[in-house]
Amino acid sequence: MRDVIEDIEIQLLLEALFQRYHYDFRHYARASVKRRLVQARQQLGFTTISAMQEALLHDAETLPRLLNYLTVQVSEMFRDPSYFKALREKVLPHLRTYPSLKVWIAGCSNGEELYSLSILFREEGLDQRTLFYATDINPAALRAAEAGVYPLDQVRKFTENHQKSGGKTSLSDYYVADYGRAVFDKSLRAKTVFSDHSLVTDAVFAEMHLISCRNVLIYFDRALQDRAIGLFRDSLARQGFLGLGSKESLRFTKHAASFAPFVPAEKIFQRREAA
Amino acid sequence: MSDAPASTALKAVAIGASAGAVQALLHVLPALPAAFPLPVLIVVHVPPDRANALVPLFQSKCDVIVKEAEDKERVAPGVVYFAPSDYHLLVEADGTLSLSLDEPVNLSRPSIDVLLESAADAFGEGLIGVVLTGANDDGAVGLKAVTDAGGLAIVEDPAGAFVPTMPEAALRAAPTARAMDLDALRAFLLSLDAA
Ligand SMILES: C[S@@+](CC[C@H](N)C(=O)[O-])C[C@H]1O[C@@H](n2cnc3c(N)ncnc32)[C@H](O)[C@@H]1O
Repeated sequence: MRDVIEDIEIQLLLEALFQRYHYDFRHYARASVKRRLVQARQQLGFTTISAMQEALLHDAETLPRLLNYLTVQVSEMFRDPSYFKALREKVLPHLRTYPSLKVWIAGCSNGEELYSLSILFREEGLDQRTLFYATDINPAALRAAEAGVYPLDQVRKFTENHQKSGGKTSLSDYYVADYGRAVFDKSLRAKTVFSDHSLVTDAVFAEMHLISCRNVLIYFDRALQDRAIGLFRDSLARQGFLGLGSKESLRFTKHAASFAPFVPAEKIFQRREAA
Repeated sequence: MSDAPASTALKAVAIGASAGAVQALLHVLPALPAAFPLPVLIVVHVPPDRANALVPLFQSKCDVIVKEAEDKERVAPGVVYFAPSDYHLLVEADGTLSLSLDEPVNLSRPSIDVLLESAADAFGEGLIGVVLTGANDDGAVGLKAVTDAGGLAIVEDPAGAFVPTMPEAALRAAPTARAMDLDALRAFLLSLDAA
């Protein structure tokens, strides 16, 4: 019986979160939301989800804590090196033909993907003409992305990934080590706009040549995936590119026909000309 | 004849395995007929950064369809779904699958607990949860969730398991689970087909 009650409580908490703070998790893949809310309840010391909902509504400190459970901040620089290699070898030669470029990292987490792309564009000589937009819904993640500081023990993995992605420089060129942390060069984000933007509730804000949105859509249900992909379609310039996470696809969306596979193995798509 | 519940009520089989997984699964999966009446969801602990070699291996040896689980696909009978390496596999209430990059659970991604708990939630008494050989205790919490939800829990008989740690831990957490050796498990699954 208990589980049925918990399902009701979860539904109500998500409704409260939306009505009170306009964070809309109601159509996220529910199994994973449930796991994380149950974990939050245990670790934040609430006996029920309802008690956690009460705190959410009446105690301002609860929202950021809960957001850190509801949004998953797991990332890496150059995660899936073959994706970045494909961008370097197949996508950038196309982008090179434009005098100015806009690149959107949607769901940028703590910035790992942004710095990866910024380094890639610098190595390929496109950084001067490129404006990056790094967006997320978690304010703490956006602050971390803007700071660009990572634990040194993660940097070993980042370095390995960067090499595998066909990196032409050494990752150590871009950071200084400081008390166990790697502080990335702020010139890498000199032309970056950091912004709170939700793929669920917000709209198109600029015309993009490349959108990289990796490992965000898996957290959405099909309807929400449709919404986000529609947003990408409407944000892309003609023949602009969309890169997804390695286990994400356009197979189940109604917008599939708006995109052509470009590097299918790496989940890179190209916007078709409007019909 | 079989003491399995009527297979109309059954909805899926979910299996977790770790060290020794391939040998154990080779004992069971190739015997399943193409018309096996249930979807089979499987989490095997495999190192990240490695293309999942399980799918091609079992594809070549099985009559059932074997594939890597895809995000948001709907499960179908007669199909075996392996969790991709480095992603958790979850079942949604509507019988579709979700992948997630959430932190490892029990140091594992994919984690057996994550699969079994979400499958127990989605399928309730329609779930058969199975914990096979392994050297850790992933799957124990999940198997308890299976029995709590009224599903049928099975562990590989620790006496014959390649590494008994994981089925032992699962049996401690879910004492009503039935212990079966791999021959018995295979016969049990085949009896579902006959039902
Ligand atoms: C697993 S991380 C992926 C990070 C990075 N893109 C990568 O692949 O390594 C998912 C990110 O999506 C963000 N996110 C979740 N819901 C979102 C939404 N509605 N709009 C934008 N970002 C969202 C989370 O805050 C989190 O930073």
